[in-house]
Amino acid sequence: MNVQEIVEKLYREDSRRIFATLIRLLGDIDLAEESMHDAFKLAMKQWPLEGIPDKPFAWLVSTARFRGIDRIRRERRVTSLDQLEETAAAISDPSPEVSMDPVVPDDQLRLIFICCHPALSSDAQVALTMREVCGLTTEEIANAFLASTPTIAQRIVRAKAKIRDAKIPYQIPSQSELPARLASVLRVIYLVFNEGYSPSSGALVTRGDLSQEAIRLTRWLLQLLPVPEVSGLLALMLLHESRREARSDDAGNLVPLDEQDRGRWNVELMTEGTFLVRQSLASGGVGPYALQAAISAIHADAKSASDTDWNQIVGFYDLLVQLVPTPIVELNRAVAVAMRDGPLSGLALIDNLLELEELQRYHLAHAARADLCRRLGHNDEALVSYQHALDLTQQEPERRFLQNRMDQLLSSSS
Amino acid sequence: MNYLCLVYLSKDNWSSCPDSDCFAFAQKIQESGHMIAAQALQPIESATTVRVRNGQVSLTDGPFAETKEQLAGFYLIEAVDLNEAIYWASKIPPAKYGSIEVRPIRQLNV
Repeated sequence: MNVQEIVEKLYREDSRRIFATLIRLLGDIDLAEESMHDAFKLAMKQWPLEGIPDKPFAWLVSTARFRGIDRIRRERRVTSLDQLEETAAAISDPSPEVSMDPVVPDDQLRLIFICCHPALSSDAQVALTMREVCGLTTEEIANAFLASTPTIAQRIVRAKAKIRDAKIPYQIPSQSELPARLASVLRVIYLVFNEGYSPSSGALVTRGDLSQEAIRLTRWLLQLLPVPEVSGLLALMLLHESRREARSDDAGNLVPLDEQDRGRWNVELMTEGTFLVRQSLASGGVGPYALQAAISAIHADAKSASDTDWNQIVGFYDLLVQLVPTPIVELNRAVAVAMRDGPLSGLALIDNLLELEELQRYHLAHAARADLCRRLGHNDEALVSYQHALDLTQQEPERRFLQNRMDQLLSSSS
Repeated sequence: MNYLCLVYLSKDNWSSCPDSDCFAFAQKIQESGHMIAAQALQPIESATTVRVRNGQVSLTDGPFAETKEQLAGFYLIEAVDLNEAIYWASKIPPAKYGSIEVRPIRQLNV
């Protein structure tokens, strides 16, 4: 490797960690970013001439820190000279952890907790996490979420302004706050995963890059914060991910779980997911993600759809409904009940749930109802519900799937 | 850093929160050293909105915007950061009936 390649490798692999530490040392996200880039630029120029320093990592952190202090001296509008010197002195005061080991894992946790702070809007949390923690460019985030680059850029700028102006602290939440704050981090990661696994709009069934990013982020989080709910989420995502290939056919059409070729499920991911969910449940992690992962693991365990232990699945849904009493969880439970006790029992539950306005606007509620009606041979009712579902979804593969089901019903009844 | 915690209540809940609760909280936050000032407001019917346009003062009866929840009072508090401000805002008794907006105080740029 030549020097340039080494610098590029350092940037790829370590720039987020360096960045996280610089935010703590410099107290400002933008300043940390700019100073880090200064340091990398300087490395590109100096290292080929003077050789690579013994500790390239520490060199980059301390160079960036001094660059940051220079920037403050040059650019910051401060009211008095005293104050300026004071700020610069406070920042340049070398703390022991900087000289010994420049990167504290806690800095990376601080970074993710600040990006997922609940005082920021959900959209902003997602964009900021992808940008600052994962290091994606604004263009990449915009592409992934099918938004325009200026929209994402503005979202990130606003979020950073709020962090600065409202003084959102760069710290790991205290033990008492941790569960709620961690929930918000996990929610952001799961949103990113789901946008990659079943995009809310667009032509593809899945967008693997986003899901990969979410999984990578969770693995990293699990190393820093080994608690059952994090391994529960990782298990859930790995188990979903194991079915990615089987979820769409060669023509890009959606294949429902019961019709998937189980031979195409990724055994490696399934095994790891199942192991993690057992571990999570065994260590008392009966949180929402671990429970959903447990349900997914039962599917992974079944040789066919009919071979599935629906009784156990309904049992896990009963627990999940208690923890997360939302209509969507109730809907999933109803589908599991239909598989265990027959379509008629499920239909009664779903019809009850469809009284709720929230579910009336949710295409999968109508699709689930249509499916049960179809299995009962109530073709007219099924067609009406498929049409409702079709009217409510923008995702093209799902639309084709629903249209196919309708065509099949129409041709069978004529 | 100073934060203004604005207490919003809907008309239905305007009198739901007992004054004694608010008084007890005010004493507690005063003792903690985080309080700068706090006041409860008269109902919105007593509000007058003042605007100056082209040098002319114009008055409107009522609050600036007729929203479902109206400004009912405020606390001006001191906190090290937003997390601490949110902690104290969540303890304000009417938070149970309405909502509290937490706004950082801006230093004038002079």
